[in-house]
Amino acid sequence: MAENVADNVLVMENITKVYPNGFVANKNVNFSVRKGEIHALVGENGAGKSTLMKVLFGIETPDSGRILLNGKEVQIHNPSSAIKYGIGMVHQHFMLAPSLTVAENMVMGIEPKNMFLFDFAKAVQMTEDVAKKYNFDIDPKAHVKDLPVGQKQKVEILKALMRGAQILILDEPTAVLTPQETTELFVQLKELKKQGHTIIFISHKLREIKEICDRITILRDGRSVGEADVKELSEQDISNSMVGRNVVLDIQKTEAHPAENILSVRELSAVNKFGKTILNNVSFDVRRGEIFGIAGVEGNGQSELAEILTGLRPYFNGSVKIKGVEIQNLSIRKIRELKTSHVPEDRMTFGIAGDVSIKENLISDRFYKKEYNHSGLQKAKMINEEADRNIKEYLVKCDGREQPIRMLSGGNIQKVVVAREFSSNPDFILVDQPTRGIDVGATEFVRKQIVKLRDQGSAIVLISADLNEVMELSDSLIVMYEGEIVAYFPDTKNITEKEMGEYMLGIKKMSPEEIGDVIHEK
Amino acid sequence: MKNKQSYSSKTIENRFEIFRVIVAIGISLLVALLLIMFASKQPLNALKWFLAGPIMTMRNFGNVLELFIPLTFGGLSIAVMFQCNQFNMAAEGSFFLGGLGAAMIAVGVKMPSVIHAVVALLAGALFGVVLCLIPAILKVKWKANEVVSSLMLNYIALFFGSYILQYMLMDPDAGYIASHSFPKSARLAVIIPKTGVHMGIFIAIVMVVLTYLFLYRTKWGYAIRITGQNENFAKYSGIGVGSTIILSQIAGGALAGMGGATQVLGMYTRFSWVSLPGYGFDGIIISILAKNNPKFIPLAAFFLAYLRVGADIMSRRSDVAPEVVSIIQAIIVVLIAGKMFLDTYKHKMIVKNSQRQVKEEA
Repeated sequence: MAENVADNVLVMENITKVYPNGFVANKNVNFSVRKGEIHALVGENGAGKSTLMKVLFGIETPDSGRILLNGKEVQIHNPSSAIKYGIGMVHQHFMLAPSLTVAENMVMGIEPKNMFLFDFAKAVQMTEDVAKKYNFDIDPKAHVKDLPVGQKQKVEILKALMRGAQILILDEPTAVLTPQETTELFVQLKELKKQGHTIIFISHKLREIKEICDRITILRDGRSVGEADVKELSEQDISNSMVGRNVVLDIQKTEAHPAENILSVRELSAVNKFGKTILNNVSFDVRRGEIFGIAGVEGNGQSELAEILTGLRPYFNGSVKIKGVEIQNLSIRKIRELKTSHVPEDRMTFGIAGDVSIKENLISDRFYKKEYNHSGLQKAKMINEEADRNIKEYLVKCDGREQPIRMLSGGNIQKVVVAREFSSNPDFILVDQPTRGIDVGATEFVRKQIVKLRDQGSAIVLISADLNEVMELSDSLIVMYEGEIVAYFPDTKNITEKEMGEYMLGIKKMSPEEIGDVIHEK
Repeated sequence: MKNKQSYSSKTIENRFEIFRVIVAIGISLLVALLLIMFASKQPLNALKWFLAGPIMTMRNFGNVLELFIPLTFGGLSIAVMFQCNQFNMAAEGSFFLGGLGAAMIAVGVKMPSVIHAVVALLAGALFGVVLCLIPAILKVKWKANEVVSSLMLNYIALFFGSYILQYMLMDPDAGYIASHSFPKSARLAVIIPKTGVHMGIFIAIVMVVLTYLFLYRTKWGYAIRITGQNENFAKYSGIGVGSTIILSQIAGGALAGMGGATQVLGMYTRFSWVSLPGYGFDGIIISILAKNNPKFIPLAAFFLAYLRVGADIMSRRSDVAPEVVSIIQAIIVVLIAGKMFLDTYKHKMIVKNSQRQVKEEA
C-alpha cells in the first residue's frame, strides 16, 4: 500500500458509522481510490456502500475515521463542502426539477445573473460549453420531464462536472438504463476518465464492472474485505467474496409446463389523473405454471398495470379476469381471496408497516380469517408459530419475531414480504421488481422461491427493470412501450439483449399477429 | 447500563422511551418547583401541600381517585383513535354528550336499579359514538380533515346539549340550570365512605383491560393499528381502510361517551354541565404520556389526577395559583412529543452498544 499512497487521490481511513437504530453500517472501513481510475464499489445491500458514499459526500457524519484528499485531511460536513472539494454525486433517484429546462437545472444554485434577473441565455451557453467539453449530446432548452431516463442521467453527470467535480460518485447508474443507453454511458465514462476524472462506480451488475472498471473494493457486512485489480477477479470471485460463500449466479430452472389460463386481460386501457393514456388496449393471458415477464423501460405503463391487476387502481376500461372472475369492481380483499398475492414495487410504502413487529407484518393479508381467530381473540400461539416458521423457512436475519421490521436490512425486509405473499400458496401472484436494491444473497434466494412457486403451479407475472432478471427468470415475456405491448416472446431462450433494447426504446414493434399470440384462449 | 453485555437495539429503544418519559416528568416538576419558589412567600409550605397534600387525608386521596376515573376514560378514547392515526378531538364533545345521554335516561325513564344505570351508561356511549362518527365519516367520504371538523363539532355538541338541558330536562325548582335529580336506581354507588369515589372506578379499570385486549388481541384492533401505522400497507393487504378508520372512532366515541355518563351518574345528582368538561382534551395529554397504549393509561391518568389535586390543595392552602399544573403539563407534552429530545444521548448509547457488539463478534 505504502508506495501507492502518492497516487491515491482519495483515502478514507477507519470509517465507522452507526445509525440511530443501532445498525453499524461501516466498521473501520478503509477505502482508497487512485487518480484517473474507475473504481468499483460493490457489496450486498446493507454492506455499507451507500453509507460510505454518504459519508464521503457529507450527507452522513462518521462516528470515527478520517478522509484524506490528495494526502490532506479534510472535514466534509455537508454536500456543499463536498462539492467545494471537487466531489460530485449522481444519485440513483435523480434530483432534478422536471418542469424546468435542462439549462435551468444545470445552473441551479449557481445561477448566472443579468443585473438582478436570471440570465437564461447565459445558462444555455454554460450548459453547451460543458456538454461540448465532455462530448455529451444534450439539448439545453428541453424540459427535463420530456427527457428519457438516459438523458436525465446525463444532466445529473454534467451538473456535477459543471461544479468542478474531479471525483464522481455514480450510485447504480445503469439500474434504470436500457442496454443501448448503458453502452452510451460507458463511452462517456471512458471519455471522462481520459480527461483525468476519477469515478467511483457502485453497482450490483458484475458484468458491467468487469467491462468498465479498473479496480474494485468489496464490502461485506460493513467491513472492507478486499481491494484488487478487476482483471484479477472473475465475476464468480467477486460475488463469492461479497456474500462470503459460493453463490449460484445463473438462474436454474427447468422447462415450464404451462397449464390452464389463470389471468386474462382483454383490451385494457387506462388514463392517469391528468387524462393522459397510460395503458392502451393491452391484452394477454397468463397460465398456471409459467413465469410471464413484463419488460420495458420504467414508466411505460408497467406500474399502472400492476396496480390494476392487484386492485390498487380500480378505474380502467376493458376486462381483467382471474380464474374467470372479473375484478373490476372487487375490493382488494376479495381479489386476494381469489388466492392472489402481490410483491409490491415499493416495499417500504406498500409492503410493510415499519414500526410493527415482523410477526404482525407477516399476517396482514390473513389476520381476519377464521383459523386465526377464536371467539373474538387472535390465536396468539398459532400466529407466533407461523411467524417463527416463516422466519426460518425464508432465512430472515433478525433478533426474533417481535422485532420491529424497520430494523432489518432491505434484503431481509423483502424476505418478510416474500414470506407473507408466497406462503399463502397463491394461484396468481404479481412480483414487481422483486430484487431491486437487495443484495446478491437475497436476490438468489428470492429468485429461487419464484421458480419454486411456479413449479408448485402458480401463474406468475414478473415485472422487472433488470433486463437480465426478466430475460432469465421468465418463461415467456412481453415488452411494453408507451402503454402498449410491442413484442411478445413465447420463449425467452433466444432473445438477445440488443433485440430487447430495440423494442424497449420503441425502435421496433412486432406485428399485431405476433403480439396476438399472447392470447391463448381466443 | 454499566454491564458489559450488549443488548438488542429494541431493548435499548424500549428502555430509552421509559427513561425519556421519566426525564420529561422530572424536568417539568423541577421547573414547577422553581416557579413555586419564586412565586410564593412560603415556598416550602406551598410545596408541601402540592406534593404531599393529595395523600395527607383520605378525603384528598379520594379526590385523586375521583378525577382518575374521567381522565382514564378520556385517555382511552383518544388512544384508540390515535392508534389509527386519527386526531379526532370530538372526544371532548362525546364526553359531554355522553353525560347528557345518561342524564336523559336517568331522568326520563323508570327502571329497576343496576339495569337503569347500565342502560344510562350505554345511552351515554351511544351519544358519544354518534358525535365521533361525524368527523370520521366526513374524513372517509370527503377527506375532510378530522382535526378541524371535530374541533368545530364540539361547540355544536355543547350548544345542542345546552338546548336539551334548558328545554327538556331542566328542573325549574332547582334554582340553577340543572336537570331534575337522578333517581337512586340510575346512580353509581359510592364505594369509599366519606369520599366521592364511586363504582365508576371499576368500570374504568374494566374498560382499560377491554381496550387493551381490543387493540392488541383482536383482528379489529390489529386492523386499526396497521391502518394507523401505514395506510398504504393496510390497503394493499386488503384491509378496508375506510371502515377501519370509522371503527376506531366508534370505539373512541363510545369510550368518551361512557366516560361522560360515568362521571355524571357517579359524581352528581343532577346534570348541570353548561360548558365542556375538558376530559376529552385531557385525554390527549394522557394518551401522549402513555404512548397511546391502554396499558399505561391508568398510570398517566393517576399521575395527572394527582398533580391536579395537589395543585388545587396548594392553591387553597398557600399563595400559589393552581395554574402551575398547566405549566407542568405543557413541558411534559413538549418534551415527550418532541421526538428529538435526548436523541443525541440515545444515539451515543446505541453507538456504544453497537461497538460492543462488533467487539463481541470479533
